[in-house]
Amino acid sequence: MTPRARAVGVAAALAVALALPLFVSNFRLFQFTQVAVYAIALLGLNVLTGYNGQISLGHGAFYALGAYTTAIMIDKWDVPYPLTIVTAGVLCLVVGFLFGIPALRLEGLYLALATFALALAIPQILKYFEHWTGGSQGIVLSKPNAPWGLPLSPDQWLYFFTLAVLVALFALARNLLMGRTGRAIVAIRDNAIAAQAMGVNTALYKSLTFGVSAAYTGVAGGLSAIVIAFVAPDAFNVFLSITFLTGIVIGGLASISGAIFGALFIQFVPNWAQDISKAAPWAIYGVFLIGFMYVMPFGIAGAVRLALARLGRRGTAARA
Amino acid sequence: MLRRTVLSALIAALALAPALVMAADTPGVTATEIKIGNTNPYSGPASAYGTIGKVIGAYFKKVNDEGGLNGRKINYITYDDAYSPPKTVEMVRKLVEQDQVAALFQTLGTPTNSAIHKYMNQQKVPHLFVATGATKWNDPKNFPWTMGWQPNYQTEGHIYAQYILKNFPDAKIGILYQNDDYGKDYRKGLHDGLGEAAKKMIVMEQTYEVTDPTIDSQIVNLKNSGANVFFNVTIPKFAVQAIKKAHDIGWKPAHFLNNVSSSLATVLKPAGLEASKGLITALYMKEITDPQWKSDKGFQDWVAFMKRYYPEGALDDQGNAFGYTVAQAMVQVLKQCGNDLSRDNILKQAESLKNLEFPLLLPGIKVNTSPTDHAPIEQEQLAKFDGERWATFGELYDAAKK
Repeated sequence: MTPRARAVGVAAALAVALALPLFVSNFRLFQFTQVAVYAIALLGLNVLTGYNGQISLGHGAFYALGAYTTAIMIDKWDVPYPLTIVTAGVLCLVVGFLFGIPALRLEGLYLALATFALALAIPQILKYFEHWTGGSQGIVLSKPNAPWGLPLSPDQWLYFFTLAVLVALFALARNLLMGRTGRAIVAIRDNAIAAQAMGVNTALYKSLTFGVSAAYTGVAGGLSAIVIAFVAPDAFNVFLSITFLTGIVIGGLASISGAIFGALFIQFVPNWAQDISKAAPWAIYGVFLIGFMYVMPFGIAGAVRLALARLGRRGTAARA
Repeated sequence: MLRRTVLSALIAALALAPALVMAADTPGVTATEIKIGNTNPYSGPASAYGTIGKVIGAYFKKVNDEGGLNGRKINYITYDDAYSPPKTVEMVRKLVEQDQVAALFQTLGTPTNSAIHKYMNQQKVPHLFVATGATKWNDPKNFPWTMGWQPNYQTEGHIYAQYILKNFPDAKIGILYQNDDYGKDYRKGLHDGLGEAAKKMIVMEQTYEVTDPTIDSQIVNLKNSGANVFFNVTIPKFAVQAIKKAHDIGWKPAHFLNNVSSSLATVLKPAGLEASKGLITALYMKEITDPQWKSDKGFQDWVAFMKRYYPEGALDDQGNAFGYTVAQAMVQVLKQCGNDLSRDNILKQAESLKNLEFPLLLPGIKVNTSPTDHAPIEQEQLAKFDGERWATFGELYDAAKK
C-alpha cells in the first residue's frame, strides 16, 4: 500500500469515528467506547506477542491493575480521572518491566504459562486486599460529565475522551514500531541470536517491550473502570486474558490496525452469537472463530491488506 | 371490496389508537405486550444459576399461554452476562436504552447488580427482586428503584445467634466460612446477633477458598478447639465434605448449616442421611427434595409445570423452585398494575405487596413490601433434620420486627 493510500485510509477511519456520535444512540456509543478501550489493550498485547513474539496469557492482570489503580485513586483520594489514567499506565509500565525481567528466562509456552498464573491469581489478590479494593463487592464510581460546559452527554464525552487517548497511543506505537526500536523488537522475535549479533540488547528490549505492553493494557484498564463506572474481581477472570489473545489473533498479529479489528470482534461477535442462538452462544462464537481463522489466516488486518494489494495490482494492470 | 378493507383497517386503527397513545409514555408497553428485561449467567463460572433465568422464562410462557395479563403477553428478554460486571452493564444498557424494557427483573449476582445499581436509579427503571443475598438492596432512601427478594445472609446469621443464645448459654462456637462476601455476611450476622457474647462464645474461625480441594484440616482444627457448636457456612460441595468429615472423626457439635446448602439431593444424601441427622438450618422455601412435600399441592403443581414448560430443567435443583416463585411474584405485581404499566406504577405496585403467600414458600411465610421496605421476604423458620426430612420447629422469625 502506498503511504498516500494509507494516509487516506487513516483519515477516513478517523472521520467516521468522529462523526459516529451524530448517528448512533448513547448505548451504541458506549459499545464503541468499549471497542476503543479494547483496541488499546489489544495494541499493547500485540506489541508484545505480535511484534516481539512473547506470548502472554495474563494481560487481563495488567488490565485489572490499571482499572483498580484508577478506581482506588478516584474513590479514595478524589484524583481527577485523566491523571489516574496516566498513573495506571506508569504503574503498569514499571510492574510490566519488572515482571519482564524474570520472564526473560522463559520462552514461548513457558512464558505463556507464567503469565497465565498471573491471570489466575489476580481475582484472589484483589479480594485479599479488601480494604483497598472493596473485596468482591468492588468499587462503584460515578461517570464524569463533559467538562467546560460542552454540550455532550456523559457517554459522548467519554467516547471522545477514549478516542483521543486511542489516537495518541496508536500514533506513539506507530512511531515506536516503525523506527529503530521497532526493528530491534521484531528482530528479536524473528531470530534472537542474530539480533544479539547485530548489537541489540535483547534482555533490555524484551523487558522494555513487556513494560510498554503492560502500560498500554493498564491505560485501557483504567479507561474501562471509568467507562463501566464499576470494578470488581469477577470482571478480570482468566477468560478476559484469553479474550485479548483471541482479539489480536483475529485482528491480525503484528499489525496496528489489527487491534481495532480485533476489538470490534471481541465486542460484537459474542453478542451476535447470542442473538443467533440463546441455547449455545459459545458454540456459535466458536464457529465464528474457526471461520475467521480459516478464511483469514493472517487476521482481519491481513485480509484487508491482501484485498487492497489485489485491487492495487488490478489498477496498475488496467493502466498498463 | 377495497373500500371495506380500508374501512376495517381504519376502524382497527381507531380502536388501537388510545393504546398507542398510552404506549408513548410507558416504555416497553404496547396494547399487546409488556417487555421485562433480565440478565443471568448462562455461561461462565456461575452458570449453574442460569437455570433460574430459564425457569422464569418458562413460567412467563405459561402465563402467556393462559392468555397473558390484561390481554398483554409478557415479552421476557434475557441476556447472558457470564457473571461479569462489565458485560452486565452493557446488557442492561441494551435492555433499557435499546430494547426499552418496562422493568428489570431478577438480574442475578451481587457484583453484577452492584455494577448497575446506580444506573438503574438514575434512569428510574424498576430494578425488581434482584437475585442476591446481600443486604444492600433494601435501601429505598438512596436507591428507590431497586428491590431485593430473598432473606439476606445476615438475617439468617441473626436467627442462629438468637437460637444459640437461648438454648446454648455456654456454647463454644466454631465457624467455618467461605472467604468472600457471602461467607462474611453470614459471619457478620452471627457476630452481630450474639452481640457482647460473641467474644466469649466464638472459640475458633476457619475459612476456605472456593477453589480449595478439601476442608478436612479446617474441620479437624475446629474439633480440636473444643467447640460444641458448629456454624457451617459453606456451599454444597464443601457442606458435604464438612458433614462427612465431622461424622467420621466423631465430632458431634450442635451443627448449624446455612440455608445455601439445605438441599437433600445435593448435600444431605451425598453426605449420608445418618451423618446429617440433627443438622439445623433456617428455611423460607419448601425444600423440593424433601419427601414431606411429595403430596403437597404447591409442589405437585410445580412438578406439572416443570414437565410441561421446562422439561430439561432438573427437578432436584432448588433454583427451579426459586425462579418459579419469584416469577409468580412478578406476575402478581403486573396484575396489580392493571392497565397502568408505567414505570412509576410498576414500582408502586411492587411496593404494595401485602401478606402474599406463594405455593413453594414455607407455610406461614408472607411477602410484604412498602415504600420504606424493599426486602420482600424477611421471615424464616428453623428446621432440624430428623434423618428423613427437615422438621420445622419453633416460631417464625421475622427480621422486620427487630
